[in-house]
This record gives sequence, C-alpha cells and structure tokens, in this order.
Amino acid sequence: MLSYIIRRIFYAIPILIGVNLITFMLFFVVNTPDDMARMQLGIKYVTPEAIEKWKAERGYDKPLLFNQEAENLDKLTSTIFFEKSVSMFIFDFGKADDGRDIAQEIKSRMLPSLAIALPVFVLGLVVYITCALLMVFFRATYIDFLGVVSCVALMSISSLFYIIVGQFLISKLWHWVPISGYETGLDAAKFLFLPVIIGVISSAGSNIRWYRTIFLEEMNKEYVRTARAKGLSERIVLFRHVLGNALIPILTGAVVVVPLLFLGSLLVESFFGIPGLGSYTIDAINSQDFAIVRAMVFLGSLLYIIGLVLTDISYTWVDPRIHLA
Amino acid sequence: MDKRTLLPGLLILFAWLTACSGHQWNNPYVAEDTEKNILYTVFTERPKHLDPVQSYSSNEIQFTAQIYEPPLQYHYLKRPFVLIPATAEEIPVVKYRDVHGNQLPGDAQPDDIAYSVYEITIKAGIHFQPHPAFARDAQGHWLYHDLNRQEMASVRKLADFSQTGTRELVAEDYVYQIKRLAHPKLHSPIYGLMADYIAGLREYADVLKQADQNRPEEKTFLDLRDYQLEGVQVVDRYTYRITIKGKYPQFVYWLAMPFFAPIPWEADRFYSQQGLKQKNITLDWYPVGTGPYMLTENDPNSRMVLEKNPNFHDEYYPAEGMPGDEENDLLVDAGKKLPFIDKIIFTREKESIPRWNKFLQGYYDASGIGSDSFDQAVQLVGQGEATVTEAMAEQGIRLETAVAASTYYMGFNMLDPVVGGRNERERESARKLRQAISIAVDYEEFISIFANGRGMPAQSPIPPGIAGYREGEEGVNPVVYDWVNGEPKRKSIQAAKALLAEAGYPDGMDQRTGAPLILYFDVTARSAEDRSRLDWMRKQFQKLNIQLVVRSTDYNRFQDKIRKGNAQIFEWGWNADYPDAENFLFLLYGPQRKVGNSGENAANYLNAEYDRLFEQMKNMEDGPQRQQIIDRMIEILRLDAPWLWGYHPKDYGLYHAWYQNVKPNRISNNNLKYFKIDTALRTQKRAEWNEPVIWPVALILAVLAVSFVPAVNAFRRHESSTAVRATSSDTTG
Repeated sequence: MLSYIIRRIFYAIPILIGVNLITFMLFFVVNTPDDMARMQLGIKYVTPEAIEKWKAERGYDKPLLFNQEAENLDKLTSTIFFEKSVSMFIFDFGKADDGRDIAQEIKSRMLPSLAIALPVFVLGLVVYITCALLMVFFRATYIDFLGVVSCVALMSISSLFYIIVGQFLISKLWHWVPISGYETGLDAAKFLFLPVIIGVISSAGSNIRWYRTIFLEEMNKEYVRTARAKGLSERIVLFRHVLGNALIPILTGAVVVVPLLFLGSLLVESFFGIPGLGSYTIDAINSQDFAIVRAMVFLGSLLYIIGLVLTDISYTWVDPRIHLA
Repeated sequence: MDKRTLLPGLLILFAWLTACSGHQWNNPYVAEDTEKNILYTVFTERPKHLDPVQSYSSNEIQFTAQIYEPPLQYHYLKRPFVLIPATAEEIPVVKYRDVHGNQLPGDAQPDDIAYSVYEITIKAGIHFQPHPAFARDAQGHWLYHDLNRQEMASVRKLADFSQTGTRELVAEDYVYQIKRLAHPKLHSPIYGLMADYIAGLREYADVLKQADQNRPEEKTFLDLRDYQLEGVQVVDRYTYRITIKGKYPQFVYWLAMPFFAPIPWEADRFYSQQGLKQKNITLDWYPVGTGPYMLTENDPNSRMVLEKNPNFHDEYYPAEGMPGDEENDLLVDAGKKLPFIDKIIFTREKESIPRWNKFLQGYYDASGIGSDSFDQAVQLVGQGEATVTEAMAEQGIRLETAVAASTYYMGFNMLDPVVGGRNERERESARKLRQAISIAVDYEEFISIFANGRGMPAQSPIPPGIAGYREGEEGVNPVVYDWVNGEPKRKSIQAAKALLAEAGYPDGMDQRTGAPLILYFDVTARSAEDRSRLDWMRKQFQKLNIQLVVRSTDYNRFQDKIRKGNAQIFEWGWNADYPDAENFLFLLYGPQRKVGNSGENAANYLNAEYDRLFEQMKNMEDGPQRQQIIDRMIEILRLDAPWLWGYHPKDYGLYHAWYQNVKPNRISNNNLKYFKIDTALRTQKRAEWNEPVIWPVALILAVLAVSFVPAVNAFRRHESSTAVRATSSDTTG
C-alpha cells in the first residue's frame, strides 16, 4: 500500500501544477496586476507611481509566464507564475494583498468551517442512510412512495430557499435561535443549530434517493435471499448485511469529501455570518486577491486528491479482497 | 425517566432554564452583556487597513475615526460643517511667506505666496490608550520592543501581552505620522496629493527609500525620527509646524482626517518586529490612538469591538447646535463628558436579510434601509415627506434623513467626437446635444423609481451643505429647469428636441448622413435591477429618438476605458473628502483630466475660463467674492453640460427608541462618542419582541408521532410476517 500511496503523491504533482496554471490563466485573463493594485489602493487620488510601487513590492511587475528580457532559466523563473506558484508546494502561501498572512487566516477560519461542515456531514450521513434504509425496508408501501415524493420535492428547491425560510420560521417567527452569528466553544451551539439543520435538509433529497438506489440494488442479490432463508430478521438483513455490502459505493461518495469539509460552504457561511474559509474565498474573489484565490484553489485540489487516496484506502478496510499495490 | 417523557421533559427544562436566565433564545450576544451600555452595529465589508496612513474607505474610517484623533474635527451639530479643535488648542491661523521666507500679510496675492505655514499647538495632558508598545520594566527598559523567539512563540494576539503602558501625546507624534505618508513600505492614498503641497515630502520619500534599501536585513525598524522632513517640524513639546507650498486653504480640512492623526514611534518600533508581522499583529490591524475608543477585539471576519479608552482626555458634548436641535432632544446632554457608550460591538453581516431581521428584533440598534425592505419601513406622506410605517412606529423606530455630501452623475467623454466634438463646430453641436439629453433624462423620475425617493436632483456638482451651494431659484440650472410657482420645473421634451435639431440631429437623425443617432453607454451593471434601470435609461434617450446602446463590462475594464478615454457616456460618483466646493469643482478642472494626466476629471472636460476661475477660487477664503466666482464656474458648467448632473443621494437611517443623540452626517466620522443608549428600554423591548414560540415544537412532535405510528405498526407486521411474503415483496421494490 505504501508504494501505492507514494505513486499517488507523485501523480498529484503534475495535477497540482496544472490546476495552478489554469487558475493563474483564468485569474489573469480577467484581472491585470494593475487592476489588483487599484482594487487595493482605492479609486481616489491613485497615481501611476503608486500602482507601480505596489506591483513592484509584491512581485507583480514581472511578466506573467515568460520573461523575454531574462536569460537562460530565468526566462521561466523570473515570472509571476513561477514565483507565486513554487512557494505553495512547500505550503508557504505568503501574504494576502492587504498584508495579512494567509496561513494564519486559514488556520483561524478552518475551525468555524469545520464546526458546520462536520456535523452536517456526520448527521447527514446518518439521516440519509437511515431514511434510505427505512424506505427500502418499507419498499412498495405508502411510506416509500411518500419518501420518494418528498425527496423529489426536496431536490427541486434551491438551498437559498431553505436558508431564507429557515431563518424566517425558526429565528424570526418562533425566536428559537439567533438568525446569524458565530461564537467559539459551547456558545457556538445555538448559532450552529439552524445552519446544520438546513445543511442536512437541503442535501437530503438527492442523497437519500442515491442511497436508496444503492440499497435496492443490494436487496436483489443472492446473499440477501440466503440471509433471509437462514431466518434472519429483516432488520438484521438490512442493517448488517445490506448496509455492510453497500459500503463501497457509499464510501466512494463520502470519504472523498471529508478533507474538503475544511473548506466550508460559500452560501451557508455568508448567510449565517460564519467566519469560515468559504466566505474567505468569496471575499478574495470579490476583492481580486489573487494570493488568496490561488492558495484556496491549491488547497482545494490538494484536499481533493487526499480525499481520493483516502477513498481508495478505505476500500481495503471494508472489503478485504481489495489490495492496493 | 421513561423514554417517552424524556424529550418533552428536556424541552421544558431548557425553556425553564432560559426563562430563569432572562435571556432570549435567539439573542446572539452573551447573557452577561444584556444590560450593559453597549452599542450593537454592523459592518458588511472587511476593512483592509486600519493604519491611518493607509485607510481611506468608509468601512475602515468607521473604526479609525473613533480611535485616532487628528488635531481638528467637525462640530457635531452645526451646519454647514464647522471645524473645531480636537486635540489642538485652537484652529491654526495660516501665515504666508514669500520665497525668501519673509512673512506676508493675510490678504497677500496667491502669486506672491511661496509658502503657507500652519503652526498647531496641541493640548497638554492627553494620553495614548493602554498598549504593550509603551510597557516598561522597573528600570525603564521597554518590555516588548525586542522579543526573543521564546517570548514571540507565546504570543498569538495583542491581548496576550500582559503589561501595557501609556505616554503623553506630544507634537512629535503628529510629525512622525506625517513622515509616514512618505514611508517606502506604506501606501498612503494621499501621498501623491500631499507631495504636491507639503514642502519637501517628495524628496523625503526618496531619502527614506534610500535609507530602507541600505538598512541591514536584521534591522526591521526604520526610525523616522532620524530623518528630518523640511516641511514638518517640531517647534516644542506641544507645537509643530507644517509648511505648505503656495496657498492651499483646503489643507485645514485634511487636518480633520485620520491621515494627520498621531502615531507614537514606540508603536512603530513594537510592530516592526518580524515575528509579530508573521502573526498578523501589525499597526495596520491593531491601532494605537488617543481617541475615545480603542480596538480590543479585531476579527475582521466576524466582529470588531471598540471599548472606551480609559485614558481619554476631557471632551464634552456640544452646548449649542442648530435651530430645531433642542426640540429634537439633541442638546439634552450638553456639557456632559464624552463618550457615553462603554463598548461598541460591530458584527459582520454580509447579507441584508439577517441584518434587517436582527434590527427588527432589537439586536442591532440602527439600520440602513435596503430596497427590499423599503416599503416595510418607510411611507411617504403629505408633500412626499418620508416617515416610518405604522408597524415601525409601533416599535418606536424613528427615521433620520440627510442629504449626503455626494453626487452621482452621468458623464460625457469630451474627447469623443459625437458627445465632445473635435473642432469648434462639432463642439458647439455636441454641447447642444448634451443639453438636450440633460433635459430628456428625467432624474426626478429616476429618484422616485430607483432610489425610492431617496435623493434630490442635482443642479450642479455641489451638493447641499457644502460651501458654494445655492438654494432656491438662484440655485436652479436654467438649461434644464424653469422656475415656476416657486419651484423648479423640468423643461419640456419639445425644448430638448429643439436643441437636438440645433445640434444637427433633427428627430434623432444625423442631418448630414441621414442615419439615426446612436450613443453608447458604458456601464458595469449586470443584475436584474440594473437591467430595468438601463431599460429606463434607454427610454429617456428614446424620447429624443436617440438609440442608446448599453456596453456592459466588468469594473476593471470599465475603469480601463475611462482611463484611456474610450467610453462615450458613463456613470460615476463622488463622495466629499471635505465640505468645500473645491472638492467637487476640481472634478472638472482641466489639469485633472483622466486621459494623459491620470486625474479625477473622468469627463476629460477642458475649459480655459473655468480652469482659470478654479485656480483663483481654490486659493480664496469663503466669502461673497469666492461665491461669485463659484457661481460663474457653475454657469459655465451648466451651459457646457459635461455631466448630466444626476442626483445627490439622501441617507435614510432607522434608529430604535433607545438610540439617542443621533444627527446624521457623512462628513465627520468620529460620531460614536456622542451617541447614547437607554439600555433598560432596550432590554425590556428585546424581551417583549423575542419571546420564544413553543407551540411549533409540540406540533412537530405530534406530526412525527402521527407519521411514525403506522410506520411502526407496519414494521412490526413486517417483522412477524412469513418469509415467503417477505421474499415476494422484493420483486416489487
């Protein structure tokens, strides 16, 4: 397995370089270093000298990808792309355009993001799998039918609607929890209640249907018939045998997102005033802060690759027949 | 406890505990703060800079203006705005000198004046807020100016420093800050402007740049006290002198802005340590001032907290104001010591819905009004006078309005051949075209539809409340309006069409080519609301049979077009830096043209007489003679119509009954010290408005129970059914 992991790490390098290059190209197609400087310096009384000074200080006064005036290898290395990209591979994200250290910001914002994403993930998984199993258990009854109809209805509604209605009912009308805000420690509970519930509900439709499909597929397999023939109760058949055997497709979808939980949710964090990494990324895009955008995209790609590797590893845990080599 | 009674039991216990604490379930603040003298407000955008040398935008100045004290400030109640001393003993009296340094009389001709000298004496006994940069040990050594690696490791935020100190404010602190305008590592937005005025500032920047380059890497502190700035000198402990090149009467307004607030060298020294920078502990994020408040919590992602500065000097609520202030209870606290509020909590709210609802629940003390909540909050009565709706009035919410010192206009690029003209004949034709469009675009309607009535049509670039502004008939633009029955009436569309015909476009057709006249409107607008606004604008031009083509682009490209002079018609705006006509009229001053000069004249307007009058006017003190020149300048502008004058926005603010001493204005920003909160009333109202509604819990539980009973029964039947039946159902799944 070790050799497999090492190989995957080497595969990751060109992928990360590619992602970095695409991010870089897309960003600089829309924004020039001059635009970035103006965004930071404001629109009043900004002189061309001030813009040049800002660019020079941050290394944005160099060519983007190829330095015609440099010699030898410097033609490639004395460029914005090279200088801004290399440091990220040693996790030096540098400073944001407003001068704040990006690594520090990521550290401080990771926990609020996780505080929402982790409960949504865990609670969601439990709720979705339970509901799907119940629907399979009651298949072809009115409960299954109502379940499927509810899932389709839940899928058809935008998550923004859940947020607005949730805030209106729970916070504004019934006064149960604050509409928005965030605190650390135990005080966080009252702020997290609503976004977590909304997070779970807003993804419920598609997830429950997906898990129901997986379980129904398993239900028709021979081992289920054998288990029943042995006289096992339907509950044991479902929760022990069917669930166990359906873990591979479940893990395929679930484990890959685990590392991404750190990155938070753009919409939920904005509406609930959660100071997480999702709102950090949105702010950076709005303020044309390339340093943060590239750091977050790099981190996102890296975490996704880690998620894929973890998924592969998790297969070996749930199915002893799988070996990674 | 029985499982069936556990959940309701827990709910009742939770409700009982909450009721005992007297704290509402939906209260976003900690219970201990409920009755404290705290102002709760919001910020939407994360501030980029809190260093007074760099910060300029309104979302930054709302913090810095409470912390830093420039020598002057604006009177809180008087209008038009009046400068009064803040830390200064008195308003400095300018002295003029010729090239040889000889003193000139006060009425000397501007051409004879080589230098203007401002000598400012600050009050003795003012102290900085407690801060670790001032902390010393028993021997007088600085405690935190040279932190070693171990000490640095234990620091995560400024509050981790256990010791703090203070020091008396001296003239050197003001001089130090002015020197920082030219610091090579800082980006002061006003450096370019000030380098044109403050004697020696540009050269000083070169000296500092050189010094910074020669500085050994391990020495992180560039001590500006070691480098003298010709135009800014310490006279004695409490007096400093600023020498300005030529005459610049508006300079005194800059002395009321945080750019000219004091910075102690100790703070600069403290924050220059590399380890602190790496932890985001910098002067840009942890201000050190003498003002009424100090920043005690800095989390720009979530909340910022200002607390009363225990070292704040004696300052008192003003004893006189304007007529009506007494009736509006604005003089109740006259002569009382400032500030009134102990703590101000700014919470970041990016979205308008939660922000508005929390205001209605009493968790924010004041609120602006978004377009989506306007009808819920405001109604127009009588002669279009705005007031709060009944629902708001029942909650005790009141509305305060003020015309902002701002202007939103539509500009014509005067370099464009169609709307600007390349030769005399074209220029005359273009002038009439612009005048015709000025009449056709009905800004009264625009304000009514798109700004909910929150604005007043502009007659010139100068908004009300700014010296130089004229009211009544003499303030009306005769090119666009007639004065009828004591009020301005927009000229008829026939008048506009006649001008259009004179311009060479009868009925919107180019009489030389016979082609329809097509004009191009460059915008950054993209939202659905913007689309209806642009449709409305097209219709305004259609009144003259002119086709308006909207060219929408992103803000970067739009700015680029304006800089290069590639736009034809565009929208722009300006917020006053200070309450003087010069700050608006310079937007059309020739040498300020965007193209070629990178100035602020986005229309690239050029008129020799206007420029000559501007140069004359900007060097004059306020008075009838200056007003006469301003009147003439405005007359020229109205005839030339380089802008559609657009409108001056009105600020609408909603305030709860417990929020007192509010007189809105957009010129001075250090107003939080005057506000007062009736905390007992707030606590009472919050409790009334936020009682939790319990019945939905019972309803939800009942619905769940009702749905689960058949399910449980079905489950039991399923479990006890025969294998054959269970298997047969598989095929239907």
